[in-house]
Amino acid sequence: MKKKHYFGRGAMFVLCAVFAIMFLMPTVLTITNSFMSESEIKSNYGMIFSTTEGGYVSKTVNLKFIPDKVSFSQYITGLIRSPDYLVKFWNSVFLVLPIVVFQVAIAAVTAYGFTRWRGKVRSLIFFFYVILMLMPYQVTLVPNYLVSEWLGVINTRWSIVLPGIFAPFSVFLLTKFMRRVPYALIEAAKIDGAGEWQIFTRICLPQCRSALFSIAILVFIDYWNMVEQPLVLLNDANMQPLSVFLSNINEGEIGLAFAMATVYMFPSLLIFLRGEMYLVEGIAHSGSIKG
Amino acid sequence: MKKPAPGGPFRPGQQNFFWTCGMKHSKLEMRVKLKDFLRSLCFLSPSLLGVCVFFVVPFGVVVYYAFTDGFGTGEFAGIENFKNLIENNIFRLAAKNTATFSAVAVPFAVILAIVLALMLESRIPLKSHFRSFFLSPMMVPVASIVLIWQVLFNYNGSVNELVMLFGGQRIDWLNSDYCQLVVILLFLWKNLGYNMILFMAGLANIPKELLEVADVEGASRAYKFFAIKLRYLSPTVLFVTILSLINSFKIFREVYLLAGAYPYDGLYTLQHFMNNMFSAMNYTRLSAAAVLMALVMIVIIAVLFALENWFGKDVEG
Repeated sequence: MKKKHYFGRGAMFVLCAVFAIMFLMPTVLTITNSFMSESEIKSNYGMIFSTTEGGYVSKTVNLKFIPDKVSFSQYITGLIRSPDYLVKFWNSVFLVLPIVVFQVAIAAVTAYGFTRWRGKVRSLIFFFYVILMLMPYQVTLVPNYLVSEWLGVINTRWSIVLPGIFAPFSVFLLTKFMRRVPYALIEAAKIDGAGEWQIFTRICLPQCRSALFSIAILVFIDYWNMVEQPLVLLNDANMQPLSVFLSNINEGEIGLAFAMATVYMFPSLLIFLRGEMYLVEGIAHSGSIKG
Repeated sequence: MKKPAPGGPFRPGQQNFFWTCGMKHSKLEMRVKLKDFLRSLCFLSPSLLGVCVFFVVPFGVVVYYAFTDGFGTGEFAGIENFKNLIENNIFRLAAKNTATFSAVAVPFAVILAIVLALMLESRIPLKSHFRSFFLSPMMVPVASIVLIWQVLFNYNGSVNELVMLFGGQRIDWLNSDYCQLVVILLFLWKNLGYNMILFMAGLANIPKELLEVADVEGASRAYKFFAIKLRYLSPTVLFVTILSLINSFKIFREVYLLAGAYPYDGLYTLQHFMNNMFSAMNYTRLSAAAVLMALVMIVIIAVLFALENWFGKDVEG
């Protein structure tokens, strides 16, 4: 019996390892390939863009993990010589940062409102937020477009930032976190003469610090990855974030695109390495819609 | 968790306050209620205002557009717009593609995530590392990864090399009927980790005593899974299903980055259709599509909620 048990665990481990390789491979490949020189990239992947019918068998892509010679030339080209990619990168940053900061800030205040006072109307409003959160872009983009036109901010980054700030996702998640703050704490503060704002900033926010981190991470990754909004709301190609721009690679630039793809995933991977604990906690708490 | 009685401010033990005893609708209580209302309004109003301005009011206008014949006369058109929309061939193609994609991808996203979560529940070495590995695709922007996907699934790509190794014919993945498969793989790669974490949290919430009793009684693994674990996971299953469904509507992102604005027919999604309507400035059709989509979404969510209530009612509370 015992032997069989060990065998099962061994098989499980192997299975996990296989999955892990599949999950990691694309990321790792992108990163390692970004250190290849232009000529190496050309000889490995050049045939991708020359899709003629009846290519030879030997002309398939040469997928390689480790570059022959580590070179930073792609990064130098992308970041210093041609500023195009760098501009798009900063576009992304200036789109995403305000959304993350203000969405979380407003969510904190709102979540306190939903936590501290409850009633039929308020729970109805909260339910409405949940429904709104579940609506796909195909529903919300049309209203966003209309408002942006009314406010005259279409084709500026505000057309993405403003609706982003009021997106209900973080309100939902933070309310769930905040409802776990023991009521005794709030009551004690009240007896000591704290006002609502003091209770909010001195009791609730410090209690929810890790929740704020995890929500900020989730919001960040969602918007760092955005494609739909800029395509509809920003016509100007110079305003597009890197996430959209990266798809416009052409034949001569595969190597450069690998490097820029790595640059683009760098901030989010860094956040992942530093804040995985918060991220996991945040996801785990979003686990059900009710309560 | 004890929930407060609905219809009043959240105040455990309120009934015992000396000044409310026997004075159901006293002036004092009304004043407290009014004060609470004003205070809560202070905290809620910024968000409420924003949501109204950016979502509720414009959506009202969208509904108005959907039922009238556009800007000009504003004449009531009934369901004419919806009829036109549904009879539109391109819309049909987009709706069909999105529906098939969701119908295939969502069950896989749920079931494989449960499998991963169960795998990580067993006692194997390097468990927390595996969790990180499975979760990492979530943090990688799709835009960064499409390049590798193109290398893999190109006509001259690595997957075809593998196919030929086993004596098969090369396939032009993104321009054939297999195109959805490529995108489903990308979708699963990206979303499984997130779903897995949700299921792991759900599994951790199952009372240990129950599983111990089942062990003592000699329940089989399958029985333990179906009768206990799945029962307790049902709220999570609901949530993950809804979440994956929403994510599957976002698949435009992957398709656009892989195949551009005008992909192979099998990859033409609803968002492609919407984008074309945006560039054609066809507001009535756009509005009709948005309203229809919202309705479909609400119906799906309601059905899933009803299912979950019916399936998991005896494990809650």
